[in-house]
Amino acid sequence: MANFFLDNKDLQFQLDHPLMKKIVALKERNFADKDKYDYAPVDYEDAIDSYKKVLEIVGEICGDTIAVNADGVDKEGPRVVDDHVVYASGTAENHRMLTEAGVYGISLPRKWGGLNFPVVPYVMSCELVSRADAGFGNIWGLQDCAETLHEFASDEINDEYMPQVCAGKTCAMDLTEPDAGSDLQAVMLKATWNEEKKTWLLNGVKRFITNGDGDISLVLARTEEGTTDARGLSLFVYDRKHMAVKVRRIEHKMGIIGSPTCELVFTDAPARLVGDTKMGLIRYVMALMNSARLGIGAQSTGISEAAYREALKYAQERRQFGKPIIEFAPVYEMLTNMQAKTLASRAMLYETSRFVDVYKAYYHISKERKLEKEERDEMKEFNKLADAYTPLLKLFSSEYCNQVTYDAIQIHGGSGYMKDYPVERLARDARITNIYEGTSQLQVVAAIKGVTTGVYLAQMNKYEAMTYNSDLDPLHATLKAMKAEYEATVKLVEERAADNSEYLDFHARRLVEMAGHIILGYLLLYEASERECGCVDYRTAANVYIKAGAAKNTAHRAYIESSTPEDIAMFRID
Amino acid sequence: MKQLKIVVLAKQVPDTRNVGKDAMKEDGTVNRAALPAIFNPEDLNALEQALSLKERYGATVTVLTMGPSRAADVIREAMYRGADGGVLLTDRKFAGSDTLATSYALSCAIRKMGADIIVAGRQAIDGDTAQVGPQVAEKLGLPQVTYTEEIESLEGDKLTIRRHIEGGIERVTTTFPVVITVGSSAPVCRPRNAKCVMRYKYARTTSEIQASDEDYYPALREARNYLNIPEWGVADVDAEDASLGLSGSPTKVKQIENIVFQAKEAKKLTSSDEDINGLIKELITAHAIG
Repeated sequence: MANFFLDNKDLQFQLDHPLMKKIVALKERNFADKDKYDYAPVDYEDAIDSYKKVLEIVGEICGDTIAVNADGVDKEGPRVVDDHVVYASGTAENHRMLTEAGVYGISLPRKWGGLNFPVVPYVMSCELVSRADAGFGNIWGLQDCAETLHEFASDEINDEYMPQVCAGKTCAMDLTEPDAGSDLQAVMLKATWNEEKKTWLLNGVKRFITNGDGDISLVLARTEEGTTDARGLSLFVYDRKHMAVKVRRIEHKMGIIGSPTCELVFTDAPARLVGDTKMGLIRYVMALMNSARLGIGAQSTGISEAAYREALKYAQERRQFGKPIIEFAPVYEMLTNMQAKTLASRAMLYETSRFVDVYKAYYHISKERKLEKEERDEMKEFNKLADAYTPLLKLFSSEYCNQVTYDAIQIHGGSGYMKDYPVERLARDARITNIYEGTSQLQVVAAIKGVTTGVYLAQMNKYEAMTYNSDLDPLHATLKAMKAEYEATVKLVEERAADNSEYLDFHARRLVEMAGHIILGYLLLYEASERECGCVDYRTAANVYIKAGAAKNTAHRAYIESSTPEDIAMFRID
Repeated sequence: MKQLKIVVLAKQVPDTRNVGKDAMKEDGTVNRAALPAIFNPEDLNALEQALSLKERYGATVTVLTMGPSRAADVIREAMYRGADGGVLLTDRKFAGSDTLATSYALSCAIRKMGADIIVAGRQAIDGDTAQVGPQVAEKLGLPQVTYTEEIESLEGDKLTIRRHIEGGIERVTTTFPVVITVGSSAPVCRPRNAKCVMRYKYARTTSEIQASDEDYYPALREARNYLNIPEWGVADVDAEDASLGLSGSPTKVKQIENIVFQAKEAKKLTSSDEDINGLIKELITAHAIG
């Protein structure tokens, strides 16, 4: 009798953000569907009400089914039978329930059977599912593949596959190979056009493929013989009904065990080209990766939420030295920091989702009609913001969920190290979040552009110009000082890096983290100013987060100041 | 073949499974205000059987519930899970009905609705009588299949039903119209469906609309008749006043006692003849049996 949506006021607040009005209007094309579909919203309030009601369904399935199954799924795991994947029984039940609830295809257009929800409520569903079972979150979140098809594939392909996704067919994105992990340009799986069969045929091996035996797979393959870089790669859609891909093995992983990670062998597997050849990695996979990173942001936030709740409950119940351990300073300090990190992750998650929503809605409208100039400008602006925020979100939320689950075990003490409490599983599940879909180190490579191009600084200025409740002035002053310190530090690094570009790489993470502490701090400041609720103390969270952020930024600045370009040599291992 | 008509009997009940300190009043009656009102659990099992038939063979599924205005929640809940609509049987004259008067009222309504298959939960968790389903069947002069686990198939005019009996499972066939009661060992009800929720979320009874000022979309209600949940009173179902409410209810609750279970020493027995013989002897000695 648990509902992961209704019990989470912070999540519900995100649907009331002022930008939602614009998002709903764009997504619903001013409610054009209302006479065509009797479940389409007639106005803004109706749309938001529908999002809430549907998320309530997802929240209930998460609380009553998926979370209950999580431990069994973790122990049972998926297996390979006759070259194909059989899900753990709990996974199969989770999938069946969500299918019956008609929530797959949540963001896809109604003409294909979808619910046409914006990215924000879709991402909320990802967070809810991940809080219940992070491994299952992957199977749910791979709907992103359909979103990519929707963006780039032909009508013919979409007419065939979109209704299937809405009916609960699962997806996979087949990118990684034994020699192509972070460096996807090295993908070797071969696609050749067969004139006789009038189809592309795929041959080769993929590795570490999440839900690799899914019904619909997007496959990155090399179409241009003799090439070795990104320009020779194209994207294909493969249908499981052809039975031309074998699952050689499922990896034995540390966490997210319910999510089958497969090694796949393609043998003359017929597949259809998505969009144009040679654009596979350069354009389509980049878009896919961005949605996937947003998904990991949701997964990380969901795990943090679960771990924080488990730790809070335990600390309230567990008594030592004659009182509940939550009354001891080292314990309550950990808990309050865990909550601040969780709230900060969520604030960043939905800020990013809103940016994605606006630009994606414009993108789809642009396929129906020519955009006006200001619409085009707005699309570009929000696209830029989404691209800058996505790596920052992925970096922060995944690192935080590792920290939060680490502390959750710590609060449980010896019991947390045992398999008797869910925090042990949560910590194992968390460990992948800052590795896959681009490691934290790669997120920094993407995010440093936000530092050097000034996108982050412009956002800080925008946030600074907003009006906040006056009793938050001291906190706002801290953020302003942090911004000045950040600007000075960026300038210093750029000066020193002028003759030594490695100097910028060396300090990139520190600069990105400094920017992140300020941006996430502002998002929490906004929430503290706007929201009133008995269950979440936004003021405390903002206070705790901003003060800790200020201290960390000062430490980063101090380290950078004392670090000369020559120092880097000390770290190099030849 | 014409469309199959299924009527599901459902009841809104106080959630007696989550009983707190204030669940009973001083006088020993149920304190309904302190308990959340829910869809009677076994009626959800019954609804699932109806929806499953609809899915497999095509049918209209209509929910019939008797209760006060707020019992319309039960009808909406059923619609969210796939029912096509419902009827709220509501009238002051129904108040105080025992199982006999209730089944009389329901049977009058069913006669008016017309039904090929009537499905009901085995019993409601507030009274636990398991009488209403069978009594409805008697009043309508229909065959009844109780303790159903699953309606397996429909072929021609024959339903094959698996029912739970003591010590096993029985498979029976029946023609319809028929009354079927479903127990908690039957499959659980499917979840709410997103599109159904969005389609039916503004479904209201007339009294609900009158009682609140939240009717945002009167135009929708006009265009989509399924958003109007019919309310039937005594006159609508041609029932006789004398058979309804307190006057139609021979059952009188004389006294309700609070029972406090006292923990007693437990004894573990194996299934060996020796243990069983020992137990029987002990029971005979204690005059518990024999």
